[in-house]
Amino acid sequence: MGLFAKFKAGLQKTHSKLAHEIKRIVTRSPKLDATAFEELEASLLGADLGTTITDQIIVAVKQAYETQGSAGGNVFAVARREVEKSLASNQPALRKTPGGLTVVSIVGVNGTGKTTTAAKLAHLVQARGETALLAACDTFRAAAIEQIKHWGQRLKVPVVAGAYGADAASVAHDAVTAAQARKADYLFVDTAGRMHTKHNLMQELQKLHRVMGKQLPGAPHEVLLVLDATTGMNALNQAREFNKAVPLSGLIVTKLDGTSKGGMVVAIQKELGLPIKFIGLGEHADDLQPFDPAQFAEALFAE
Amino acid sequence: MFDSLSSKLQNAFRNLRGLGKISEANASEALREVRLALLEADVNFKVARDFIERVKTKALGQEVVQSIQPGQQIVKIIHDELVELLGSANASLQLSGNPSCVLMVGLHGSGKTTSSGKLGRLLHKQGRTPLLVAADVYRPAAMDQLETLGKQLELPVYVHKGETDVLKIAREALAFAKANNRNTLIFDTAGRLQIDEPLVQELVRLRDLVKPQETLLVLDAATGQEAVNVAMHFDQALNITGSILTKLDGDARGGAALSLRSVTGKPIKFAGMGEKLEDFEPFHPERMASRILGMGDVVSLVERAAEAVDLDDAQRMEEKMRKGQFSLEDFLEQLRQMKKLGSLESIVSMLPGGAEALKGADLGKQEKEFSHMEAMICGMTPQERRNSHILNARRRQRIARGSGVSVTELNTMLNKFAGMQQMMKKMGKFQKMMARMGGGAAGLLRPR
Repeated sequence: MGLFAKFKAGLQKTHSKLAHEIKRIVTRSPKLDATAFEELEASLLGADLGTTITDQIIVAVKQAYETQGSAGGNVFAVARREVEKSLASNQPALRKTPGGLTVVSIVGVNGTGKTTTAAKLAHLVQARGETALLAACDTFRAAAIEQIKHWGQRLKVPVVAGAYGADAASVAHDAVTAAQARKADYLFVDTAGRMHTKHNLMQELQKLHRVMGKQLPGAPHEVLLVLDATTGMNALNQAREFNKAVPLSGLIVTKLDGTSKGGMVVAIQKELGLPIKFIGLGEHADDLQPFDPAQFAEALFAE
Repeated sequence: MFDSLSSKLQNAFRNLRGLGKISEANASEALREVRLALLEADVNFKVARDFIERVKTKALGQEVVQSIQPGQQIVKIIHDELVELLGSANASLQLSGNPSCVLMVGLHGSGKTTSSGKLGRLLHKQGRTPLLVAADVYRPAAMDQLETLGKQLELPVYVHKGETDVLKIAREALAFAKANNRNTLIFDTAGRLQIDEPLVQELVRLRDLVKPQETLLVLDAATGQEAVNVAMHFDQALNITGSILTKLDGDARGGAALSLRSVTGKPIKFAGMGEKLEDFEPFHPERMASRILGMGDVVSLVERAAEAVDLDDAQRMEEKMRKGQFSLEDFLEQLRQMKKLGSLESIVSMLPGGAEALKGADLGKQEKEFSHMEAMICGMTPQERRNSHILNARRRQRIARGSGVSVTELNTMLNKFAGMQQMMKKMGKFQKMMARMGGGAAGLLRPR
């Protein structure tokens, strides 16, 4: 950078700061004081938004708060609007292939609630009067197949399963065939939990998707990453790595019925632009709700 | 991460040299970096704040030791403080009664059932006779899961399917243990939210009934800010005796461990390192501290290396390298030794900054290249391995055919190897020169 450019950049900073300050005085906006600032920072950090996003939101809030006049409400109201704005998306809840089978693959690390979510999704679709099928593609974890079969019995959804240790891709293949034969509207594929750091397991997931795509072009139509709301900053790594291996189409945040706020989705949304499609609020079949940015933002700042 | 943290600290302290002492003013920027690092590692923000305060009081007024850079000095203070907070030595289970009971509690999906199985395996190896008790009456197939684990481990499991009264199951299990001479019961309870009062009360009643020697909170290492609330509530309700940190095979930095310790004061006793039943270790505070700060797990790597590498071999190899007599045969040996250390992915992730570096690289490809190299060398005669310069076109064609690669690939490998040899020769000369000059630098170059 040349000397002149440096000067210019330095002046630019001063200029924008000055403009901001003038605007603040003209609109008679209150200045953000230190305690309000600290409170805001604490609640943002406490909700797992992470330092980068927290800083960004604080800057945005400062901008908005100090220029919109005193009618804009308190700092938290402004912050809530900021978060809501960044989470808003116009993606429909669940994609649908017109007049055919829609394959939805459920992926994620261990213990986030993939099996339960798959069952809940099947229940949701059924309640709308459409038919669903479940594929038990977790052939690794002990009793994972039994778990999804229990759900199948409970919800009266047919389950396609293989044996333990079987190739998950072959189960998926059979499931797609079965779903096509039954003319089902949706197939929910419950995959095994895998750490996003395990290269070979991620490759296995790619294979699973490849096999389904061969059987039915375009499948899986929807790839949903299940995130546990109690997870901290690592959720961003999870989303990044899964998205790299199998392009994701959306997120599901589970276990939001606790005191966890699940704030890391804001960071994920910002970096990867993935819409949050559903949130899980409990252990029952109907505890899956469509995501509402306004509600989510409000809960984020609730005590 | 450590690299970046330490270089950030280095920057923050650049002006400190010559001042002689760490003061409030010159430490504040550095401590802000540390706070950010802790927050990025999911340490609760209140815990991080208290921690920084404590480090500050410790660091203030300390003379900056001339030979050490102040940044490193601060990192050392922080690291030591972290280790102390995380528990100076790993704590073992206190199982004195007969029968002894262990209660596994925690949130949904934290890994209670898997950890129960792993703990059962460990106790069995230590000569105890564990009985796994399926006390999760809510999650579908949770009992099947424990039963399957029991079968894999050849350990008895007490299961009463269809029973929804946990207390009844516990009583039956105690009787079963007595009748079958099992001296340790491990209760795998259902996952529950710490704020779900009826379910927590159920645990309290279970505890009052079985009077466990150990009540262990199972916590996912990737847990965020919530770790504080979870730990506090479970501890208040059940007075836990310790905890198990799971899923440490991921890349979560595990700041939750610090939150957990500082809220409850109870030791972290075990660490779950993977899906397999043997992936279970006593908790090492030292390693965890490095992990939280992003310093990599060099200790574990060295341990693994010590297991896999023979010291005499290593010395012989070093001698050869120095004299520039490194042949393809030695190269093959090295390749194989590296394989023994584990996958490249796991090795690199243990190095400082390795997890960060791993992100962009596809190590599987590198690994494939290594196995190709191995195949190519294996396709050579011993004579060819010792003198690579006798490899003429015919020989090369034969080797390429035999090892399933193209001649070009073989040539690339040989070129790389020749480059390596050159490099080693130069290093050897350089070391000799340094030694003659009486400098200690030669020692630095020599792998110890």
